[in-house]
Amino acid sequence: MTSVSTGRAVDPSRRAAPHPGLPRLIPGVITDLREHLDRYGSLPSLRRRDARGAFFDAVDHSGLRGRGGAAFPTARKLHAVANGRRGAFVVANGAEGEPASQKDSTLMRAAPHLVLDGALIAADAVRAGTVFVVVDRNDVMAFDAMAAAIDQRRAAYPGGPTVELVGLPSRYVAGESSALVNFLSGGPAKPMFVPPRPYERGIRGRPTLVQNVETLANLALIARYGADWYRGLGTADEPGSVLVTVGGAVALPGVYEVALGTPMSTVLEVVGGVTEPISALLVGGYFGSWIDAAAVDKLEVTHAGLARAGGTLGCGVITAFPASRCGVHESVRVARYLAEETAGQCGPCVNGLSAIVGGIETLAAGRPAERTRADVLRWLDDVSQRGACHLPDAVVEFLRSALDVFGEEFSRHELHWKCSATDPEPLLPLPDPATRDWGWR
Amino acid sequence: MSRLVVDFITCDAHGICAELLPEWITLDDWGYPKLHTGAIPPELLPHARRAVAACPTLALHLRDH
Ligand SMILES: Cc1cc2nc3c(=O)[nH]c(=O)nc-3n(C[C@H](O)[C@H](O)[C@H](O)COP(=O)(O)O)c2cc1C
Ligand code: SF4
Repeated sequence: MTSVSTGRAVDPSRRAAPHPGLPRLIPGVITDLREHLDRYGSLPSLRRRDARGAFFDAVDHSGLRGRGGAAFPTARKLHAVANGRRGAFVVANGAEGEPASQKDSTLMRAAPHLVLDGALIAADAVRAGTVFVVVDRNDVMAFDAMAAAIDQRRAAYPGGPTVELVGLPSRYVAGESSALVNFLSGGPAKPMFVPPRPYERGIRGRPTLVQNVETLANLALIARYGADWYRGLGTADEPGSVLVTVGGAVALPGVYEVALGTPMSTVLEVVGGVTEPISALLVGGYFGSWIDAAAVDKLEVTHAGLARAGGTLGCGVITAFPASRCGVHESVRVARYLAEETAGQCGPCVNGLSAIVGGIETLAAGRPAERTRADVLRWLDDVSQRGACHLPDAVVEFLRSALDVFGEEFSRHELHWKCSATDPEPLLPLPDPATRDWGWR
Repeated sequence: MSRLVVDFITCDAHGICAELLPEWITLDDWGYPKLHTGAIPPELLPHARRAVAACPTLALHLRDH
């Protein structure tokens, strides 16, 4: 097979597949196109039918799932868009709306060409003429890294699909796929009522493949090295590696690439261990849930494993929460932030979330009215699954797990006893109030 | 197998659906509909269709699957 990129022969070298181990996605910072091609070889073209078939086979067998949080099988969306109406679009989702997550930003800064490769091979597969690369407009470093990479590509391979870089309002729900479609169609970055889903009817009514940037980087490797190589890491059900953002009371917080199936205790060792006793882990970010620290030894980093523990891997945020801080205060802070991030479209979300946050603040302040706790629990039931997007569900999962894991601390607060925390500093990252983005366009 | 779904972006809490189909739809504290989950029983289908047609903002949908 000839080696070409975006349909043009460029580099006759086709690298032999490297060892399937780590690191796969971020071996270092590679922003130069030459250096990128030296390491990975050029991207195959899917113009020939056999190459196209081989690519779809590889994605099918790879078992790749989305890294944007929902872990949806990538092959299914890819087939749906490829078999849909002509004139499809591809969207590389680098929105990273989750304040505690840094993995997409880190990936775009360290491996922008791998992300672009993934978007281009996806465009080739679904025959899209336009690729949108969407980055949080407050994330200047990632935006600039992608802009520079796109410029290098344009110079090296004129022709090929149009690649457009777009800065997205820095809002929690703006990275939801129908919100991206809304924004890229000229509307506000607010979710829309689905179905039809973007892969059925997206931008300008055309099938639109929205994939997280980490998913696309994996796709770029699968296109080159195949499914067997890809499955050389991870578990049978959840193959490959995953980028995690580890924070809180750990020695070396940051973004790490680990094999799926890695025990949580190993992840905590890799980051230098915890720096003080922890009471809980927050796994999955604010779309995730609190898990009692006592369960850490039983956890493994897979979607299924964390689901068994009542949690979720989501977009890979793992925060070690120190026992010195107050889980009640933190949960109230984050719940208030999430409620403020409502797109203001759905009655249960607009009314329910602010009522829930009001109630939970009352519980935290102490001596609540007798019915407050029951009201909060009922509203949590009520807003569940009742929005155009899953923002209300994020609040429900987050607070239900908080009420469970920090149950004793909630009781102390409600009885107006002294909060057991010794360190009043807030810990969980939230947007800086000075630069907070309140816009939708 | 028909299911009722609400488009909460267009729903304005008129509450007519809950009046026409109280067996299946109640209202939350703010007047927005809460639906039972699962397939509508055949005997309620005519009422469900009426509720869909009566919604002033066309926010209630009957889906077959
Ligand atoms: C409220 C909400 C916010 C989301 N924000 C993001 C985001 O910032 N980045 C992202 O990649 N996916 C986000 N998603 C998931 C996307 O809707 C979509 O599933 C994903 O981008 C698909 O790519 P994947 O299959 O490669 O993961 C969000 C979903 C919801 C419900
Ligand atoms: S559920 Fe909330 S955030 Fe999501 S679309 Fe509706 S109003 Fe907007």
